[in-house]
Amino acid sequence: MITSWSPKLLDVEGQVLEVVRAPHPVLATEGATVDPLDPGMIQLAADLVATMRVSPGCVGLAAPQVGVAAQMFALDVTGHSKARTCHGVFVLCNAVVVEATRNEKAREGCMSVPDFTGDVKRATRVTVTGVLPGTTDELTISTDAFEARALQHEIDHCNGKLFLDRVAGAHAVYPRKVYQ
Amino acid sequence: MSQLAVTVIGPDRPGIIADVTEALVGTGVNLEDSTMTLLRGHFAMMIVCAGPFDEVKSALEPLRGELVITVRKMGPEHEHAPIGAPYMLSVHGADRPGIVAAVTRMIAAAGGTITDLATRLSGGLYVLTAEVELPPTAELEMLDRALEIAAEELGVGVTLRPAESDDL
Repeated sequence: MITSWSPKLLDVEGQVLEVVRAPHPVLATEGATVDPLDPGMIQLAADLVATMRVSPGCVGLAAPQVGVAAQMFALDVTGHSKARTCHGVFVLCNAVVVEATRNEKAREGCMSVPDFTGDVKRATRVTVTGVLPGTTDELTISTDAFEARALQHEIDHCNGKLFLDRVAGAHAVYPRKVYQ
Repeated sequence: MSQLAVTVIGPDRPGIIADVTEALVGTGVNLEDSTMTLLRGHFAMMIVCAGPFDEVKSALEPLRGELVITVRKMGPEHEHAPIGAPYMLSVHGADRPGIVAAVTRMIAAAGGTITDLATRLSGGLYVLTAEVELPPTAELEMLDRALEIAAEELGVGVTLRPAESDDL
């Protein structure tokens, strides 16, 4: 069960990695399918969780964002005000969206594109398949609202796509508004 | 090299952007921020770019006539520091004079600033959308009420909603 998964099950210490920023080419590279049992990939899973944990406000981090063109991401929308269904913290390998319905537009930001935000239309209900690191069984996750959006954003990263590739119009990219 | 403001407007046809930007790139200009859009059959471009003033002016000379072009030197760039949280303002209703003036005056009176605004008229329907920043000191309830009153007088509908982004 994905909800009982914990980074402790990886049994390795995660290292905090540097988050790369656009226009770094790795962010535009389709990630390779990974072997979830490969010790290097298990280490990467722990590193993604560790890096996500130290990044304020970060609810997800994909391998390309730490410079590795691979189909893996960490996610945790626990406590987010827009989350409904929440599967807690997990890392998924080789994830694919198999069903997506009920599109809604919302404004997204991304650690790899720190100076812009953009309006992106995404499904509010999705079904995703993937494999937990260190396991071999494919599992299916159905979720909604903010977790559904975050999943699609991370799966996009794994395929070399940024939210900039999906913005809802010519005027849908905005300078990031950061104020004190 | 100076920072230049280039504006171009003229009857729309395919290739205006390509013609203008090709002429600019030939002078070594690097396009920075720009906005380009179709306004009731006229294509309008506003570009801020860094480049040599005289060369840019003469490179665009052959395009004058069909297109109205201005090139001006700009003062030093001022970084826009956001004054507060972002909001999206929408106004729509029957067209009549004074909608933009009335609504933007309310925003200004609350200490807000507008960072982007567009209006469209189609048939009798007038639509205004704007990105607004409001300072933390702004009294949102009072602004909402003031906008409602202004909207009622103008016979239009107005909504002001937070435009916060979610980091993923």
